[in-house]
Amino acid sequence: MLPARFCLHRPSTTAEALALLAEHGDEATPYAGGTEILVAMKARVVNYRHVVDLKRVDPLRGVIRRGDGTIVIGSLSTHHELANDPLIREFLPAYAEMSENIANIRVRVVGTLGGNLCFAEPHADPPTLLCALDASVVLAGISGERIVSMADFIQGDFATARHDGELLVRVEIPPLESGARAAYRSFGQLERPAAGVAAVHLAGGTWRFWAGALVSKPIMLAETAEEIDQRAGRIDAHGDLHGSAKYKRHLVGVLARRAMRACLT
Amino acid sequence: MNNNIPLISLGFMLNGQGVSIDVEPRELLVDVLRDRLGLTGTKRSCDVEICGACTVLVDGLPVSSCSYLAADVEGRDVVTIEGLAQEGRLDPVQRAFVKYGAMQCGFCTPGMVLAVKALLTLHPHPSTETIRHFLRGNICRCTGYVKIIEAVKDLAEHQSGH
Repeated sequence: MLPARFCLHRPSTTAEALALLAEHGDEATPYAGGTEILVAMKARVVNYRHVVDLKRVDPLRGVIRRGDGTIVIGSLSTHHELANDPLIREFLPAYAEMSENIANIRVRVVGTLGGNLCFAEPHADPPTLLCALDASVVLAGISGERIVSMADFIQGDFATARHDGELLVRVEIPPLESGARAAYRSFGQLERPAAGVAAVHLAGGTWRFWAGALVSKPIMLAETAEEIDQRAGRIDAHGDLHGSAKYKRHLVGVLARRAMRACLT
Repeated sequence: MNNNIPLISLGFMLNGQGVSIDVEPRELLVDVLRDRLGLTGTKRSCDVEICGACTVLVDGLPVSSCSYLAADVEGRDVVTIEGLAQEGRLDPVQRAFVKYGAMQCGFCTPGMVLAVKALLTLHPHPSTETIRHFLRGNICRCTGYVKIIEAVKDLAEHQSGH
């Protein structure tokens, strides 16, 4: 099925892209890989008269590591690029592994991290791990940039803290403290995860757990494995086509243990 | 015809030859390939990037042409199933599929072959696990996966290079 007709704009700078979004207001959408938005536009779930293609805005590409160890990911980075990026593989192997398991190879080759986060489909992998890693996103607008923690960025089903007219330009992941380990495990029968759990094992022996796809956005679970066991029956979860709430709660227990084992080996 | 939306003059390489064509911004790559350029080896099936029947290679990497704007192949190198055979001789991946009978109804085969082509470029000697992981996104409704994986394993063992 074809999307409704639209004008395709191809800015080459962030400023040009922001000006186009300001000019066309809610008739415009940013567009990067298109793996989410094009499918929605084909189904006519959303219609935009103006599509602002970001793929020629080169400053939105690439991964760097700052002097303080923060990994900075340009929002146009594809999942396939991140899975194979030398900096990500060295300093955030858990992220590279997660990235290599998103959807299928065609989606990873085309889909971008920025698009994934801004679309905010609740059954997604990156947001859960990014929350556990204490990551932030940087949003650029006409009047400048602002930084929002991942935990606050996704607000609900397909809803984020990004205002119309803003662009997600990069994701910043602070360094894990020395000796800390992270891992992400997910499971699903469909293309997307029915549930995903990220675990971070901190140097002092304490844990941080986040779970995704249970409800409309990632949630922090508990600080110890025992707590997850005790609370498993009460974890907030919605049943949907990926499984019942009870099934998802069961998955969380299994996935948390798998993620813990991955941190410890 | 289209409410004053300008057409895009698109130029790209298709199976080794330059192509110039005007497209609407909303036109999808699968439609341009099939309906306007007559290359019907690329199949549309699920239309939502899950099944892999519409797989083509863009700069050597697999994409779902059903959910990919034709405008986005500007200046790029596109390979469809029609572009694999060279001088009348099937590509080694195609020959392996024939040797192993790695097809049943054949509808998923073009996408499957192109996915394998990309797999062997990225991973010249893939493990069985890597093969299964990579082909996870290509669905065979006849469920003929075993022969396909056998064909790829054979290729992986005998492929020249490192």
